[in-house]
Amino acid sequence: MIDFLQRFGRTWIDMVGRLGRATLFLLHMLGALGSLFARPSLLVKQLYASGVMTLSIVLVSGLFVGMVLALQAYNTLIDFGQENRVGTLVALTLVRELGPVVTGLLFAGRAGSAMTAEIGLMKATEQLSGLEMMAVDPYKRVFAPRFLAGFLALPMLAAMFSAIGVIGGHLIGVDVLGVDASAYWSQMQNATSFYSDVGNGLIKGLVFGFVVSWIAIFEGADCIPTSEGVSSATTRTVVYSSLAILGLDFLLTAVMF
Amino acid sequence: MSSPDKMSDDGTTLVQIRDLHFSRGSKPIFSGLNIDIPRGKVTTIIGPSGTGKTTLLKMIGGQLKASQGSIHVDGLQVGKLRRAELYELRKRMGMLFQSGALLTDLSVFENVAYPLREHTDLPESLISHLVLMRLHAVGLRGARNLSPSELSGGMARRAALARALVFDPMMIMYDEPFTGQDPISMGVLLELIKTVNEALGLTSLMVSHDLKEALSISDYAVIISEGVVVEAGSPEQLESSESAWVQQFLHGQPDGPVPFQVSAPDYEEDLMGTENGNSRVGVSR
Amino acid sequence: MNSRAIDVLVGVFMLLFFGAMFILAMKVSNLTSLTSSAGYTLVAKFENVGGLKARASVAASGVKVGEVSAISYDPETFEASVTLTIDETFSDTFPTDTTASIYTAGLLGEQYIGLDPGAEIDMLQDSDEITLTQSAIVLERLIGQVLFSRSGGS
Repeated sequence: MIDFLQRFGRTWIDMVGRLGRATLFLLHMLGALGSLFARPSLLVKQLYASGVMTLSIVLVSGLFVGMVLALQAYNTLIDFGQENRVGTLVALTLVRELGPVVTGLLFAGRAGSAMTAEIGLMKATEQLSGLEMMAVDPYKRVFAPRFLAGFLALPMLAAMFSAIGVIGGHLIGVDVLGVDASAYWSQMQNATSFYSDVGNGLIKGLVFGFVVSWIAIFEGADCIPTSEGVSSATTRTVVYSSLAILGLDFLLTAVMF
Repeated sequence: MSSPDKMSDDGTTLVQIRDLHFSRGSKPIFSGLNIDIPRGKVTTIIGPSGTGKTTLLKMIGGQLKASQGSIHVDGLQVGKLRRAELYELRKRMGMLFQSGALLTDLSVFENVAYPLREHTDLPESLISHLVLMRLHAVGLRGARNLSPSELSGGMARRAALARALVFDPMMIMYDEPFTGQDPISMGVLLELIKTVNEALGLTSLMVSHDLKEALSISDYAVIISEGVVVEAGSPEQLESSESAWVQQFLHGQPDGPVPFQVSAPDYEEDLMGTENGNSRVGVSR
Repeated sequence: MNSRAIDVLVGVFMLLFFGAMFILAMKVSNLTSLTSSAGYTLVAKFENVGGLKARASVAASGVKVGEVSAISYDPETFEASVTLTIDETFSDTFPTDTTASIYTAGLLGEQYIGLDPGAEIDMLQDSDEITLTQSAIVLERLIGQVLFSRSGGS
């Protein structure tokens, strides 16, 4: 019993300690962001690694999600004779919720896990120590570019997800099911506001990008430098990021809409 | 002992370690370590595995902080430097990691050029010259376009040596440079360490447990065990040491002052033990 | 992968993002109608606006000519004051005796304002008021009236 309590208490202390370390790490990393002005090429390289490499999976998923949404919306709305509103349902669902959330989950699985694994391996192979001994600050050269790239790439990918999803909805709703094309677009435009819907969707994307990149980079830098440690850190990145995205999405939706 | 903040600098000592204490968790690594590393010589720190030799190098490089005691490098106390000062000091130190620690996403050439690109604004042609000179010195000029994953372990260490040398440091630290090397690449590395030290007039500090090889090129050697210095002196002095422990260590005898058996309860008792697998065999933590 | 190829691909990535934002702004949301509404405003007062909302469309003969930009309650007249933004292309189009009515598109559709032009020669100008209005038909009220007239008749 005492043993159990001890272990329980230690787990909690460890967790709080990790949170503290993660916060200090974040502050240190944010402080290093300024150095990117001198080296924009580092950012471009990381935008490639986190943005371009995630692009294909985001576009394909977005297309199919839009198609499924149109199909479901049509089948429900036709009973009320409101099938013209398929566009509204597809666009609002995508722009407000599914765009940022699904993109965030895909991003955590594709780019976030890769970030953790890469940084974890750099730690395990002493590359991070090597940089420090070359008088190069890994926060400036390794962590900050990845963080900023993830922070920016996620909302951009979310916008692409929503846009291609709306096109997928058009493919199914208009071209296959026969909703009037101009009704599809005009109903959508009437219901969707650029600032409060598209804008808030982008803000969600920025928040998710911030959190996922933070978790991914911290887990990589904080991992136990063995192959086992790197693999469990990668798993933690995906699990924690996904939970954080879903929880934050609820909070943000409650505040925004 | 004199005040740990001051270094008694007579110019012949580059690194001075005084009363160094460090522990990882509750396990003490160093308990009162005193070492003087002479300028311009090859010094080897040897000791059994797990005595914290790599930790010591990291502390000299300022990556870990001592819990007590001081480390002076070239007159500067490493633990008390501000970040910028520490980085300035590190530019004058090179370190060769066990794995080489080359950046995996850059070619060999770019790896060697990396410190120059980070810290200077030299024109491309000059960087290219400097890099090729260093690569030539370690015999890897032909491998400049390979990526680190295409190099053998010995080549990776040579490339890392070229990188450590590119800034003309005053001292180079080698972390287990011979581990896992075949005889040929070991010979190459030995030769390189020696010639680099002589030709560039720098100070070399090596930690190793490959005794024979390390001692063959060392001017000075320090044996540490259980957190303190056991013996220090030239290789010849160590050879004639009267300590039974040193003799056992140098000649690799399986039993002696360091027992073959990890401390364990009585063998007979253990075999007949009625505690049903709950006996306390194993390394004491 | 050399750095030039990375630059190009990241450039393509940025272009795709701008394309996506263009679709979201111009096709999906109403940024177009908002920005191109360099039109003029009219005010109409209704006894009851029903379920009319801001951004509902304003149509004449079924053709969209503008949208509702604001709805507020006027405490002096105890009426709803609806601000309409009419597209610039329709300036000097509606006579001063134009009637504004609130209609419902279909049985369940959303409500919109229909403009029925009158016969006056003078045309409505910016920030003029449409005086002839017809309120939304509220279903409960309609049923109430029918029931009242039934019981009154018998």
